[in-house]
Amino acid sequence: MEKIQIDIAIVGAGGAGLRAAIALAESDPNLRIALLSKVYPMRSHTCAAEGGAAGVIKGDDSLDLHFSDTVGGGDWLCDQDAVEYFINEAPKELTQLEHWGCPWSREPDGSVAVRPFGGMKIKRTWFAADKSGFHILHTLFQTSLQYPSIRRFDEFYTTDLLVEDGRCQGCTAIEMSTGLMYQFQAKSVIVCAGGAGRIFSFTTNGAIKTGDGMALAFRAGVALKDMEFVQYHPTGLPGTGILLTEGCRGEGGILVNKDGYRYLQDYGMGPEPPIGEPVLKTMELGPRDRLSQAFWHEQRKGNTIPTQWGDCVHLDLRHLGEKKISERLPLVRDLSVSYVGKDPVHDLIPIRPVVHYMMGGIHTDINAATTMPGLYAAGECACVSINGANRLGSNSLSELLVFGKRAALNAIEYISSSGKDVDDAAVTKLANEAQGRITTLFQKSNGTETISGLRKEMTDTMEQGAGIYRTEESLKETCNKLNELRSRFSAVELNDKSNVFNTDLFSALELGAMLDVAETVAVGALERKESRGSHQRLDYTQRDDNNYLKHTLAYHDKTDAPRIDYRDVVITKSKPGVRDYSGGKK
Amino acid sequence: MSERQVEVEILRYDPETDQAPKLQSYSVPCQEEWVVLDAITYIKDHIDTTVSFRWSCHMAVCGSCGMMVNGEPALSCKSFLRDYPDKIRIEPLAHFPIVRDLVVQLDDFMEKLNRVKPYIIPKEKKSVSDGQHKQSPAQLKAFNQYTLCINCTLCYAACPQYGLVPDFIGPAAMALAHRYNLDSRDGGRDQRQEVVATDEGVWECSFVGACSDVCPKQVDPAGAIQQMKIASTVDWYKEHLMPWSKP
Amino acid sequence: MSGKAYIREMPKTTWWLSHSRYRRYVAREVTCIPIGIYTAVLIWGLMRLSQGALAWEGFLGALNSPLSILFHLVAFVFAIVHTISWFNVTPSAMRVQIGEDFAPGAVIIGVHYAGWVVVSLIVLFMAGV
Repeated sequence: MEKIQIDIAIVGAGGAGLRAAIALAESDPNLRIALLSKVYPMRSHTCAAEGGAAGVIKGDDSLDLHFSDTVGGGDWLCDQDAVEYFINEAPKELTQLEHWGCPWSREPDGSVAVRPFGGMKIKRTWFAADKSGFHILHTLFQTSLQYPSIRRFDEFYTTDLLVEDGRCQGCTAIEMSTGLMYQFQAKSVIVCAGGAGRIFSFTTNGAIKTGDGMALAFRAGVALKDMEFVQYHPTGLPGTGILLTEGCRGEGGILVNKDGYRYLQDYGMGPEPPIGEPVLKTMELGPRDRLSQAFWHEQRKGNTIPTQWGDCVHLDLRHLGEKKISERLPLVRDLSVSYVGKDPVHDLIPIRPVVHYMMGGIHTDINAATTMPGLYAAGECACVSINGANRLGSNSLSELLVFGKRAALNAIEYISSSGKDVDDAAVTKLANEAQGRITTLFQKSNGTETISGLRKEMTDTMEQGAGIYRTEESLKETCNKLNELRSRFSAVELNDKSNVFNTDLFSALELGAMLDVAETVAVGALERKESRGSHQRLDYTQRDDNNYLKHTLAYHDKTDAPRIDYRDVVITKSKPGVRDYSGGKK
Repeated sequence: MSERQVEVEILRYDPETDQAPKLQSYSVPCQEEWVVLDAITYIKDHIDTTVSFRWSCHMAVCGSCGMMVNGEPALSCKSFLRDYPDKIRIEPLAHFPIVRDLVVQLDDFMEKLNRVKPYIIPKEKKSVSDGQHKQSPAQLKAFNQYTLCINCTLCYAACPQYGLVPDFIGPAAMALAHRYNLDSRDGGRDQRQEVVATDEGVWECSFVGACSDVCPKQVDPAGAIQQMKIASTVDWYKEHLMPWSKP
Repeated sequence: MSGKAYIREMPKTTWWLSHSRYRRYVAREVTCIPIGIYTAVLIWGLMRLSQGALAWEGFLGALNSPLSILFHLVAFVFAIVHTISWFNVTPSAMRVQIGEDFAPGAVIIGVHYAGWVVVSLIVLFMAGV
């Protein structure tokens, strides 16, 4: 097996991975960097983010407000020291992107413009039309091209972390076009492989969001934190789950039920301001968890609109006018017209909540470090936690930059201070074992299960049992089902026996990762007997700070369900309070 | 919801077992609102799991799913079955070597993208603590169109010059060079001109315009290339007739 | 990466037959042939002019032949097609930004037609028409 010896390996080349790579290359041109990704970097799902990235720059804003919006938005499950660091760094990172060429939308005076976003008291979301994630990703990717020390391994599927002597010493990855496995011996590894929305039936996430990075760390013994907190984005297109940015509502769009009524005011987010004049942090600019939950209640009441794709509510953008829509929401218009045949300039758009983001992920501290020496994580695959129980829109893109860079700088510090080299013999042995596991999968015959069949059963049970509202019963059923699916997975046989770009193989590996990750979501949800942020239980409807002002930690068990433990939340300035998204007087 | 039985032919090729690619036919029960990609994923999930193809976002922003659909380069996630007859032929993107089934080798494109120096070469030295560059909405609009490229390479599949002359740098790479040339923050046009104002760069283009026709994001790479040809010509005259003037 | 990637050969001389878009492109390119021949005719005429009145009369007489008239008609049509097809693509090659927006394509094309008319009038005037 070919051995590639480097200083730092980065798994995942989306926003966080690319930012980390650039930070490494800028810091020291002699660093041997390997950037591995199972897709070409431009395909990373960062490209699908639309709305923008939050950072305090305007005179009427303050870091304190960004802090309190984020901590309150996260229902006080955020680690406040991490949030403090994050909000301070965000504006600098966004300015750095501006220097690198990101085409931020501008005010008439030439300064970067900001737009209102959900759950934020003051508007602070930098945006590039409604393709902010796309532009951020391409800016980072193109900027990275000027650093020859960043060696890219495009379309390499990372299968295992190589852990010896209690520390991470590299990883194995399959070159997808040849089927050959490579051993990457590295003094440090940074995982930036994204979230796992594909464990649910309806999601804004692309095919590649299968939690591979989370599974890598999980199986290596690192805990996954707060996995039960799954964000439903309120405005996804029905059927395909395609995202319509929160920016629609930031620009003044409203949500109405079948009676044309702005129903959000019935759920503590009123009163209803005039159409087209949104009041920040109320109504349609409330936090995502509350808006998605409101949909669920409206559906129960029979107020939703039945469509060929299921029940929906309507997003009304007509009052924005064609000029504003073409300028600020051109992609939204294109998507609506193409995929549901509705033009936002003239029609109401059918939308419904769809799974969008995982607040949970690989447990890291404020330095993006995991509990395993040498292993770092950043981006959606990580949980610092700055998002707590519910993420505010536009914090995630900023998070990629802030913690991508932080992970890189801390990884450099680690390798220069630890003084330990990679244990070639031990690591090679582990790599050969990893190869052995793939060979076993290839040689499996008489398979009785199909990848698509198991995947469908997984996504169905997650959607039914671990959706917007959960019960003891629904979660127990889902946990049992996932347990069953995990053992049935061993009966999967690959129909494709080729070594060349074998997507059957990669689908199987992705399914394995998803099953592991899904179980941490379901078990974590079952054990958390309270409602907080995006985790809502019909049987435990209140937030319970006495027992659950804690992060859930899920640890891998090879043969059984994950073991659950807890960890206190870091509270500094803001004691848990009431999340108030009403614009009215108390 | 109405369903339609569609015959989907896919060009298959596995270098380990095949000498040459050949078409394989599948009968797919398709929903009305499906795109071509939905039909292909149906085939993979329910009929033949060995079909290999790239896809991710399903919303025409990641650029993964470019294919030839009935002889035309298209994004399979944005090609609606309602616009096609009952028989559809799907092949890998033209002008690229086939790795496996619908997966093509993109190494050449990636190299060319890298070659044109597609990053800000700052006009003036400025650190992050100095703050943002000011850029008016008009200045942004000057180059914004050329930032929209999703690197789907449909333009390379459409461009006959790229098919006939593999050294040709090609539409998307040059449109990206142009994007940076027009950005008010950039001062690297000279360096990029050295790469693109060459025989294998803009001068290989004969303005067929097929690239702009098939571009799913209306980037108009053909326009970008012609604009660079004009800029390059003006450069040449300036250099030779007015050698005292700064480039 | 993989040495066994399959390369599909492009037919070097007949590739353009496969799609209407390419056929239209070749048709556009082909219009330059009659224009090229016409230019040669003009140069030939200039040369004959420089050789004296007799040579010039001979040239004018040859122009009157049926074959010549047919050629000139065809060349004229091709020149029109050539001009229209190239004028139509000028907006993407010449973007004029006024304030924030770009001048509409129709304006760019219109300016070219206007210029054509003006030049034609000048030529006709100088020819004594």
